[in-house]
Amino acid sequence: MPELTPTIGAFVSIEKGRLQNVMDALKAAGYTLVGPTLDEGAIVYDEIEGVADLPRGWTDRQEPASYRLQRREDDAYFGYVVGPHSWKKFLLPPRRTLMRVVKKEGAFVVVDEEEPAPRYAFIGVRGCEMQAIHIQDRVFLGGPYQDPGYRARRQQAFVLAVNCTEPGGTCFCASMGTGPEVGLGYDLALTELDDIFIVEIGSELGATMMRETDWRPAGAFELQQARDALAEARRNMGRQLDTTDLPNLLYKNLEHARWDQVADRCLSCGNCTMVCPTCFCQDVLDVSDLKGETFERVWVWDSCFSIDYSHVHGGNIRPHTRARYRQWLTHKFASWIDQFGVIGCVGCGRCITWCPVGIDVTEEIDAIRGEV
Amino acid sequence: MLNTMTTPTAPVPHPGPMLTFPARILEIKEEAYAIATYQIAFESEAVRKTYRFRPGQFNMLYLPGIGEVPISMSSDPAESEVIGHTIRYAGNVTRAISRLQTGDVIGVRGPYGSYWPMERLIGDDLCIVTGGIGLAPLRPVIYHVLRHREQYGRVYLLYGARTPKDMLYTDEYEAWKQQGIQILLTVDRADPSWRGNVGVVPMLFYQLRLDPKKTAVLTCGPEIMIHFVIYEALARRISKERIYVSMERNMKCGVGLCGHCQFGPAFVCKEGPVFAYAAIEPFFGVEEF
Repeated sequence: MPELTPTIGAFVSIEKGRLQNVMDALKAAGYTLVGPTLDEGAIVYDEIEGVADLPRGWTDRQEPASYRLQRREDDAYFGYVVGPHSWKKFLLPPRRTLMRVVKKEGAFVVVDEEEPAPRYAFIGVRGCEMQAIHIQDRVFLGGPYQDPGYRARRQQAFVLAVNCTEPGGTCFCASMGTGPEVGLGYDLALTELDDIFIVEIGSELGATMMRETDWRPAGAFELQQARDALAEARRNMGRQLDTTDLPNLLYKNLEHARWDQVADRCLSCGNCTMVCPTCFCQDVLDVSDLKGETFERVWVWDSCFSIDYSHVHGGNIRPHTRARYRQWLTHKFASWIDQFGVIGCVGCGRCITWCPVGIDVTEEIDAIRGEV
Repeated sequence: MLNTMTTPTAPVPHPGPMLTFPARILEIKEEAYAIATYQIAFESEAVRKTYRFRPGQFNMLYLPGIGEVPISMSSDPAESEVIGHTIRYAGNVTRAISRLQTGDVIGVRGPYGSYWPMERLIGDDLCIVTGGIGLAPLRPVIYHVLRHREQYGRVYLLYGARTPKDMLYTDEYEAWKQQGIQILLTVDRADPSWRGNVGVVPMLFYQLRLDPKKTAVLTCGPEIMIHFVIYEALARRISKERIYVSMERNMKCGVGLCGHCQFGPAFVCKEGPVFAYAAIEPFFGVEEF
């Protein structure tokens, strides 16, 4: 075992089984491990104990409106892409209490009710997902008003990223510039080869977690193999998207006939917004106890496809599916740039896979561009 | 895209942007059918002393267990220890507010949003055009003008309501007129007492001779009214940059974190509700946008 911890930016290799040592180091440091695991016929993100919980030897076949698990011919640890969950489930829980109000002598007292943030170690964050986290950072931490709960969970999170060498059928991260290799922001990044992981050290904290692991500097041949695998992945994207001048394209086509056409297929179910790793819309619920003495305000995920999302007195701004789909798409690919300086899509393909009728954003945008 | 955005400031430091502060109702004044003005003051002296708002901004008013509602301030911004909100009883929260009495406590957080650019308008003629309860977020403008009368040129108030009984703040008009605000009123339906104009608000433009180089238009009201106010203002060669519009969308959080109030590139709660028309022109009037 080397005496030194690896330096930031170094590429080292470890035997695959040694990943457990890294996970043990994270647990010893007080992290709750969250990573991919099999549940109800899909690969989801949940709390895990170690490498044994990873969906080793499984892969996913994804197409519009279709997700199937399959056995792999090898026993790769990360031989699949992204499932219905994303890390926003942990950084921005679907339901959280934001304050509690207690009635007292004709008035009331406000109690700040942010729960203490768990320390998560995210295992297996892909390139698209790393960018999705950066995008939500801009939403919740980049403006004059910040979300304290998001900030607490985000600041404590450890990111163990994984480069994708086998993109899925609905992936288009190469078009969005978010993958297949992970961009900046991780603590450790893995590339899985046949019998080793190449680990890139992204932070001092990441280096510390390698201390108990038997590592050696990565060899030139191994690094070349990893580069080749990523180049191959870039060529094998299931989808692609021309991102040229998207804001003007969409803003100038707010009355395009395609919106009517897609509205005939769209069920307005909101699945795309639930699985999207960047969608951040939330609603506030008011909950009271039966005695009417204590009250809570609760943040819950909301969707621009829900009926009362745009409600103002006198009616809804967007009563028709056409307007709601247009809102979602133009927000994601145009107004997001005005709002947060970055495009709102990372090319993960979840909205295509999990749309019950298989609406494909890349196809819709191509149609508006006039290329179908 | 939106070149005239103003960055809002929140003078009250928030431990969390969604935390509300208890405030007591000091006075309730019936203004018209199902419309009343609530004068409130924060319970905490520290909050009361630091709170400031600008004309056109709004607060989120909260009733425990019922919900929150965005309401713009309708009182004098120079006197911010007691804050006025003119409320129309329309939805769940406002109907619950209608059952409150003087001395009751509600939650208040704010101020939020952009404001009428009173500094930028110094030296200009102001044409305030509004309908119904749209006068409420413009009353602070009038109070500001009255306090700084010498800073502004001619000031017109073009105001319309459904019937004479629906007009707001009628007991103040005389004082406003005496301080040089020219008031033109119209109603959709007259009653026997009414001797004035009957018709829609934008028609009042035809009674004025505006100087397009000096005039700024400030408008708030139903979107269809705003649409024709813009039409009349542009027809008089008033530039898009000098037509200011207060927009309404579903403002749920007030701080740009919930997404509900989006209007194209803008969060109406953050970059709005007051916009220069030039900034929203590509999106204004797009059906269901």
